[in-house]
Amino acid sequence: MTSSSPKTAFWRGVRKGAPFFAVAFSFAVVFSVIAVEAGLTIAQTLGFSFLVIAGAAQFAAVQLMTEGAPAITVVAAALAVNLRMAMYSAALVPHLGSAPVWQRAILSYLNIDHAFAMSMAEYEAHPQTPVPEKVAYFVGLVTPVAPFWYLGAGVGAVAGSSMPDDLPLDVVVPVAFIAIVALMLRTAAHWLAAAVSVIVALALHGLPYGIGLLIAGGVAMVVGAMADAWLEKRA
Amino acid sequence: MNYDTATIWGIIAVMGVGTFLIRFSFLGIIGDRELPPWVLRLLRFTPVAVIPGLVAPLVVRPGEPFDLAIAAAAAATLIGGYWSKNLPVAIVAGVLGYFAVEFL
Repeated sequence: MTSSSPKTAFWRGVRKGAPFFAVAFSFAVVFSVIAVEAGLTIAQTLGFSFLVIAGAAQFAAVQLMTEGAPAITVVAAALAVNLRMAMYSAALVPHLGSAPVWQRAILSYLNIDHAFAMSMAEYEAHPQTPVPEKVAYFVGLVTPVAPFWYLGAGVGAVAGSSMPDDLPLDVVVPVAFIAIVALMLRTAAHWLAAAVSVIVALALHGLPYGIGLLIAGGVAMVVGAMADAWLEKRA
Repeated sequence: MNYDTATIWGIIAVMGVGTFLIRFSFLGIIGDRELPPWVLRLLRFTPVAVIPGLVAPLVVRPGEPFDLAIAAAAAATLIGGYWSKNLPVAIVAGVLGYFAVEFL
């Protein structure tokens, strides 16, 4: 980093993170509209967005709840969607691991995808930056984004409850999910994992609520990781 | 939705705590011990392994009549998202794909 104080690092983070406000806002609006249409109260809808702050997992939970899946399946599938964040957490250790624990706790609550990706790029380019500046940069990245997530959640919840009931939810939900995944399909191994997941989930669709999905997710994860290792070895 | 209020709040609370613990895991509790590379590799694949399986039945709709508009929306979203690498663009592409079949 070229900055010489946490304060300048913070403001550089703010400038870098700012463009992501639009993504956070639109995502939060879409989730709230869907959740309210699916039958959650405004308080429950806001509870999801404020306590979980993980769009894909929230969509997964609400979708399974609409299907009447047992609570344990809802939670297991949603947390499986979030497992990637354990990887984010591990990746940040060399850069932020020596910060005070209360700071690490706050950073963890705020460790959303864009902040992770952009902070890692910065830390790897300038590994010698003092830890307080790295922390300040991370906080800067989320500062202009998080308020719009909360704002979008509120706007969507109010809009959703005043919306006519014929909103084509059976279209909006798949579109939101596919959009999330489409951005993640970077290698052949990603495509393979996605294809295996689709095939196994459809084949096991007859199983009671959500079990087929958990099996499909596990198999696809292993196949994807194996393909990834094989491609890497061949390269 | 057929859950009582307590169950819904229970799901929200467990997801909130669970997601925080996943995010906090290594940074907060496990410290700077290195993870085996194969574990990191598996973790990296969780979203692309779980979300497609979740969405597939919503598009294919087993046991229900095939819906061309939904299939068009799904294809348009996938193509739009893959090419643009931009979430709002992908969603708009999907919605346009739906209305293209539904109203033309």
